[in-house]
Amino acid sequence: LVFTEEDKYGLYSNLLFKFFLAEGIVCGHDLFVASAKEHPDNILKELPAPLLDDTYGKELGDEAAAKSEDFQDSMKIAWRYQNLPKIEASPTTYTKFGHYYDVSKKMSPELCQSVKWHSFYLHEELSFEPKMKAWNMNSGYARLLQSIQRIISQEGFDGSHPQKKPRNILRIGIQSLGSVLWGDDVCCGDTPEDPHSLTKFLYVLRGLLRKSLSACIITVPAHLIQNKAIMERVTNLSDMVVGLESFIGSERETNPLYKDYHGLVHVHQIPRLNSLICDVSDTKDLAFRLKRKLFTIERLHLPPDLSDTVSRASKQDLAGSAKLLSSGCGAMAIGKKHLDF
Amino acid sequence: QGQFTLLRDTRTDGSFLVHHFLSFYLRAGCKVCFVALLQSFSHYSIVAQKLGVNLAAAKERGQLVFLEGLKSCLDLLFGVEEQPGQPSPLQFLSSDLRALFDFVRASLTPGDGDSWKGPVLLVDDLSVLLSLGAAPVAVLDFMHYCRMSVCCQLKGNVVVLVHSNEDSEDEENELVVNSLCHHSDLILWAEGLATGFCKDVHGQIKIIKRLSLWKAAEQDQVQIYQYKIQDRNVTFFARGLSAAVL
Repeated sequence: LVFTEEDKYGLYSNLLFKFFLAEGIVCGHDLFVASAKEHPDNILKELPAPLLDDTYGKELGDEAAAKSEDFQDSMKIAWRYQNLPKIEASPTTYTKFGHYYDVSKKMSPELCQSVKWHSFYLHEELSFEPKMKAWNMNSGYARLLQSIQRIISQEGFDGSHPQKKPRNILRIGIQSLGSVLWGDDVCCGDTPEDPHSLTKFLYVLRGLLRKSLSACIITVPAHLIQNKAIMERVTNLSDMVVGLESFIGSERETNPLYKDYHGLVHVHQIPRLNSLICDVSDTKDLAFRLKRKLFTIERLHLPPDLSDTVSRASKQDLAGSAKLLSSGCGAMAIGKKHLDF
Repeated sequence: QGQFTLLRDTRTDGSFLVHHFLSFYLRAGCKVCFVALLQSFSHYSIVAQKLGVNLAAAKERGQLVFLEGLKSCLDLLFGVEEQPGQPSPLQFLSSDLRALFDFVRASLTPGDGDSWKGPVLLVDDLSVLLSLGAAPVAVLDFMHYCRMSVCCQLKGNVVVLVHSNEDSEDEENELVVNSLCHHSDLILWAEGLATGFCKDVHGQIKIIKRLSLWKAAEQDQVQIYQYKIQDRNVTFFARGLSAAVL
């Protein structure tokens, strides 16, 4: 269960959402799209087109070749660092996990139609009372759960039709859960009327996911949820929690330290499934940028601290955000800090 | 015997302690009632296998009573018909936690042919009950009843995992955690390092033996170790002496 905290204007989280769905189509998985904001048909029309492997590979190959030439020169001043492995900022061509997408083009309708997909648009669903009387849950959520459960059992994702041909995976995408459009007032104030609806929904969803061959991504406008207790509980109930913080409209947009990037990626929690350990990466500082065609997530590199004009205020800010980056495993000290003597 | 152990985690995931206690008690030959609210049976099973215990076999021979919260709640909600006379232990979602307690007591009360040493109740994790709508007082009552019946009457042990955070805004959770801390005999508190993320040291664990509960003048004994979690094992070492440093 991948839980994504939306950025303020929802631009980038929408992008991530679409990538998830597009990846599903390219891999031939079935899709289930639920939304209260846009009609799922429209969402599906807007999916980015997959990049043909060779063109992207070539571009990246050229870049990488150019960079490695620079690094061949031995370092003269920072010679201590020479022995450290070269940090790969962006994914290399060697890691072929998943596909790359071209954001400027739309996915062709034939490709979209090649998989079976189901949709749930809240405002189109019949307004009957859901059967789940045992739980007092928001009826929008209840209907969504019922719909998901029905698809899972009908299509045999939970192993109930063993004679069906090759088992497939169901990718579920739920957009803007918890927003007012779903009938939940958890985003409206500090004390919502039914604070348990969202958490109950997530618990049942977790049960459904564990029982079937499916994966789910949920985006939530977390910046609107004022009751932090709910966010803590929600984090506990999800497997993976990622937050996107875009720089649009904040003071960081013009901060020269962040000029290459469009936002930060906060990984609050990683799944620890079927094992004592989890796959912790080396770095916790990730930033994303949206180039003309590509959306990349990279390690946050600060440009070298060459000028004195970069004010101290921004450095404090950076230290402050370093604390914010901490969560399950604590913050990593960001390199170049202003040294006080 | 008759001990109430509280597992607590802050800023990190303390579930490795749950896996440890599960395999520890099963290997010791105790009868275990495991209320697993957060993960599926196969998750625990796979990890237990790495630790050398077969959960499915334990369930077969009646040594392990496993309540899989996720599955039970699905059955409750989407189940076709309810079995009469056997209310689901998760019925609490509409009322209080009495049904859950009855389930626990029924599974741990020794039966006729039972030859297990000492009953054990293991809960992972209690904070989920609050997320599902149970009131904090109901959760505390449930723990109290469990402690009375398992620790005092049946002379067994209870091990419970809770999550907590510093500066947590979840007051209900903090209330439950603080209250349980006061009533525990032993607290194992896994925390993320204050200095931040480190590849070689995953966290530190504070072991608090609550001697002050039993003798008026005694102080609680606190020991602190750091740990690193590996695939099949967790290594503990004194602070600052991780293998990477030595």
